[in-house]
Amino acid sequence: MASNSPKIPNIAELMDKIKSGKIFSDIAKEITESQIWTSSFRHGYADTPRNRVLQIASNVWLHLHPVKIQRHALRIKFTWCMGGITFLLFLSTVVTGVILMFYYRPVGEYAYYDMKYLQYDVPFGMLMRNMHRWAAHAMVITVWLHMFRVFLTGSYKPPREFNWVIGVLLVTFTLLLSFTGYLLPWDQLAMWAVTVGTNMARATPFLGNEGPFAEFVGATPRYDVRALLIGGSVVGPPALLRFYVLHCIFIPLVAGALMIVHFWRIRKDGGISGPL
Amino acid sequence: MAQAAAPKKKAEGLGGEKLHVWPYLVRLEFLCAILTIVALTVWSIVIDAPLEEAANPTKTPNPSKAPWYFLGLQDILVYFDPWFAGVVAPVLIIVGLMLIPYLDVNPKGNGYYTYHERKTAIWVYSFGFLVLWIALIIMGVFLRGPGWNLFMPWQYWDPHKVVALVNVDLPYAFGVRTYNGAMLFGGAVILGYFAVGTGIYFFMERKALKSVGFLRMFLKIELFLIMMGIVIKIVLRLGFNIKYVWVTPWFNI
Repeated sequence: MASNSPKIPNIAELMDKIKSGKIFSDIAKEITESQIWTSSFRHGYADTPRNRVLQIASNVWLHLHPVKIQRHALRIKFTWCMGGITFLLFLSTVVTGVILMFYYRPVGEYAYYDMKYLQYDVPFGMLMRNMHRWAAHAMVITVWLHMFRVFLTGSYKPPREFNWVIGVLLVTFTLLLSFTGYLLPWDQLAMWAVTVGTNMARATPFLGNEGPFAEFVGATPRYDVRALLIGGSVVGPPALLRFYVLHCIFIPLVAGALMIVHFWRIRKDGGISGPL
Repeated sequence: MAQAAAPKKKAEGLGGEKLHVWPYLVRLEFLCAILTIVALTVWSIVIDAPLEEAANPTKTPNPSKAPWYFLGLQDILVYFDPWFAGVVAPVLIIVGLMLIPYLDVNPKGNGYYTYHERKTAIWVYSFGFLVLWIALIIMGVFLRGPGWNLFMPWQYWDPHKVVALVNVDLPYAFGVRTYNGAMLFGGAVILGYFAVGTGIYFFMERKALKSVGFLRMFLKIELFLIMMGIVIKIVLRLGFNIKYVWVTPWFNI
């Protein structure tokens, strides 16, 4: 056939293709061999050992995993799946939290009414708020269970000591994330729970105005470690703003950085723990 | 039984076949993620997050409770002053947890479940986590009512419940009536507790001293004595109405 002359669609031929179903494989071939497709996807999808490796090794999201893994590491009975679920719940709070940030102002006059607005006027606002709060609570529980599992399997033992230390920091930051977020609804529950919590800071030895040895340092209710934390001597609008910034920016960044180290160290310490 | 299972696991771990992460692990993670997200979504549709009336600094609720995950610490406030329950205890918990891999030098039980090869470690951690942390949280959430008094689930939360304060300090209970005498007595009890506890531990584990090292053993036993000290203080308060063991002008324990 004269290949340079423009192709005239042959109706009969086309009907044959449609009837035989060949048209689909033709279209698929056209797409997967196009420049856009080949530039986007680095390997085929056929279930070959080579592609199984490439799925992990050449994918930025999946390459956190090793290419191969020991059989016991797949057992839910061994891992409880809690570390992964904790990370997933963290991602859920990030997504829902960013959505909430579009509607919420951390200002004494507005915060509570923005909550009401979110709950009653914003489409899916209540659902976003619920998911954010429940994911945060669930994350506290799953991170404790993850830690318990890691202890019971002795996974903190050499060479994974350092990653356990990072993990303890992550547990602490999980609690701090949850605690700083607790104030933001700016209702009675929030204000008094955070009052109870931050009141502890004024008993800090040396640095809190009611703590042991404070008189030697000169700490006062307006000038001690608690005042630094909440921006005054009571939980008021400055505390709201501080906790908002800590909750949305500072702690997530620190926790995110620690997570990177945590996941990286799992790989570098020889993958998930197992019998030696 | 666990000991019989351990060698089998070992053999399987080292030479055992390795599986491709794609698809075996990724599909598992994907399933897990779907289930979690579905559960979270259903939970969020069914139960609304609480929103009470607007924050009011002039209206203190009774009881005022910290977020539920801190209620174990808030409950310890009954038995200890805030500088310990609210500041020193949490710091010790965090530091103590971080120190675990450096204090526990038992090489067994690395990467598999075993109770028999590390009984003490599992007992101490489970006691701290399940009793001192989780059980106290459950108590704080469900059983602590107005005035932080203990109420059974079927009891009415009476804000005017009268609880007689008959607590005395430990030196007083032993007949020490002078201030300085009480201070010396209390100090002797506390320091004696740590000295005797440390001494007994070092004597019993004297053979391990060389291989484990002095600092490791010292930190291990001090952290353990502090944890048990909290339990002892709770028992002293609930069983014997002891308020403080050691009263000084600067701090009370």
